[in-house]
Amino acid sequence: MFRKKECVAMLLAGGKGSRLYDLTDNTAKPAVSFGAKYRIIDFPLTNCINSGIDTVGVLTQYQPLVLNEYIGNGQPWDLDRNFGGVNILPPYQGKKGADWYKGTANAIYQNMNFIERYDPDYVLILSGDHIYKMDYARMLYEHKRNNADCTISVIEVPLKEASRFGIMSVNDDGSIYKFEEKPKVPDSTKASMGIYIFNRKKLFEYLTEDANDPESSNDFGKNIIPKMLANGERMFAYPFEGYWKDVGTISSLWEANMDLLGEEPVFNLEDPSWKIRSRTATEPPQYIGNTAVIQNSIITEGCEIEGTVINSLISSSVRIEKGAVVKDSVIMSGTLIKEGASVTYSIVDENAVIGKNSVVGADKSTTKNVTVVSAGTVLEDGMSMIPEKTSKKQK
Amino acid sequence: MTVAGLIFSNIHDRNIPELTQKRTMASVPFGGRYRLIDFTLSNMVNADIAKVGVITHYNYQSLMDHLGSGKDWDLSRSDGGIKILPPFITAYDNTTSSMQPYSSRLEALIGAYNFISGSKEDYFVLSDCDTVCNIDLKDVIYYHITNHADITMVAKNTYVTKSEAAVSTIVETDENSRITNILHNPTNVEGKVNLCLNIFVLKREYLLSIIFDSLARGYKSFTRDVIMKYKDTNKFITYTKFDGYYASMSSLESYYKCSMDLLDPKVTDSLFGVKNRTIYTKVKNSAPTRYVGASTVKNSLIADGCIIEGTVENSILFRGVKVGKNSVVRNSIIMQDAFIEDNVNLNCVISDKDAVIKSGRYLSGHETHPFCISKGTVI
Repeated sequence: MFRKKECVAMLLAGGKGSRLYDLTDNTAKPAVSFGAKYRIIDFPLTNCINSGIDTVGVLTQYQPLVLNEYIGNGQPWDLDRNFGGVNILPPYQGKKGADWYKGTANAIYQNMNFIERYDPDYVLILSGDHIYKMDYARMLYEHKRNNADCTISVIEVPLKEASRFGIMSVNDDGSIYKFEEKPKVPDSTKASMGIYIFNRKKLFEYLTEDANDPESSNDFGKNIIPKMLANGERMFAYPFEGYWKDVGTISSLWEANMDLLGEEPVFNLEDPSWKIRSRTATEPPQYIGNTAVIQNSIITEGCEIEGTVINSLISSSVRIEKGAVVKDSVIMSGTLIKEGASVTYSIVDENAVIGKNSVVGADKSTTKNVTVVSAGTVLEDGMSMIPEKTSKKQK
Repeated sequence: MTVAGLIFSNIHDRNIPELTQKRTMASVPFGGRYRLIDFTLSNMVNADIAKVGVITHYNYQSLMDHLGSGKDWDLSRSDGGIKILPPFITAYDNTTSSMQPYSSRLEALIGAYNFISGSKEDYFVLSDCDTVCNIDLKDVIYYHITNHADITMVAKNTYVTKSEAAVSTIVETDENSRITNILHNPTNVEGKVNLCLNIFVLKREYLLSIIFDSLARGYKSFTRDVIMKYKDTNKFITYTKFDGYYASMSSLESYYKCSMDLLDPKVTDSLFGVKNRTIYTKVKNSAPTRYVGASTVKNSLIADGCIIEGTVENSILFRGVKVGKNSVVRNSIIMQDAFIEDNVNLNCVISDKDAVIKSGRYLSGHETHPFCISKGTVI
């Protein structure tokens, strides 16, 4: 059954996503719901299969239950293969002992034997917390054309935001001469997207060296990339144009959801040449009742809408009763919003119940913070959750 | 005790010629995202039936495309799973007589003889493909076994009109659910009757013996020849406990009516809201439905992948339908990927897949005679 694979993708999905607060209490960040019927990890997985990469290792660590169940055998992404396909790679006990993944580089280091099985020439490193559509095959083509050891995908960011990212300074031919992680005074506006292609042999050399360095924090951005650059390896930037959003914070997650709305959405999910795949339960079509009012929203299967929905995203099997008003919000699956309740500028996680005439959130113009209702919360009739009380943790 | 299923996919095709021109009755789209066979197939799967033969004869491309490997019904199995049974013609026997389409369940069963005799399951559930219901077949099978029956027929005590009765089988029973009379397509019956749902449970050996017997005697019809003849044996019983929603497709009008029934939450609950008995269908990766601007939607069932900018009332929209600005869709069934441009007005229309309605068109049918647009038509 053995067939050599040209490129194997490794998807880092172990992060806690602590800036998503309650949304990642019981779920790893990549398994957080997005865009009514997706989870964040659908985007890198879809990109892989649409780019012709059929072997993906998913490195999990924090709260992997939902993620494992969601990925399953990889069938929704056509990644259920006899050889290759999607493989979930949790930390394991080896001959020399058991270790948690200490950093992004260490996670890959501990799974070098997984990569080796497919004897790939190239390894693609991805992270599970971005929303974007990207053809990795084109990046790989550039990598080969440049005869590079490492190619890093970069995106132009506004100068004032550049200090939040890893910033690359690039020569005219695309080669990188300087890399700085979160610089105070950025030299460039080319930000790393956390997507790397390495020559496998080079990668293994550096990972092994890094693993033997007790001083290292075993991180690609902090250790591996600077070291390769210092040693004069051939490193290139691959410029990406298009929508790319880090959804690591509550407000960016909310914004990215809102980018799906409108006549010409900023981010389009309906591109027939780049179908976003996801695992969905079979629910009947949504039922929109006689008293419903729906404006500029996205709603999916299994919902029953009798109330008002404005500028919002409603995931599967949500019920919004008569007289309830949902505005500027993201409602995740299985939630029930009872008669007369009002939900404004909020993210309501799965299977919550918002009681009769309850008030959640406040108008966007009056508060800075998105109100978050965590999974399974039951808000009694008439109770309210206003931003000051609920989102102190967000800064 | 193991059970296998057998579904007749072309049965009643002639009832809705408008929709079965290029497909089987089994693959007629229904309820926004389903095909008719999904109900029967899901009922079987939910009763732990892991092997289902789908008897088909012609027009079965859309059916095969829909069923695929059977994985969406969890029927992609190395042991059992879905078996599509097209006509069986051998190299030395392809004379004109054996190439005639099956015209009845019995002829179809004769064609599926090898499948039935090669199965090791103890019981078979036979069902038509257009039985829209969510029934606990486990209970039917249990009833069949505990009563030591040869044949169990599922019937529902319900009200039928004259025209409905004329295309149905009606059973009269005594107090012990034993059959006293069977009426096949009666023309003068109206009122509360036991309507046969065309779902039968039989022991495999018994089914085989029926097929043998029928071959020998030249029988043609399952209901008229077999069921009628066996009704007097006291091992032929009816199961009448089912009281959920049931419909079958006897005409375009009944297809329309039954579809519109889905706008009643009680009906949708009875079909889709039953705990542990999901109705499965082929999963497609459609984006969620996007409502743009101040679209108006009332009392409608809408599948994923739609983009709605206009008005939709009392209608059923399948996946990927686009409704343009200022367009009004009322009392209509719009199937997959239809493109309704701006300023269109539709009333009582059934539009088959991939139709395009150009800007400014005004089309209307009537509840009893919905206006039907065939697949891929541009108006």
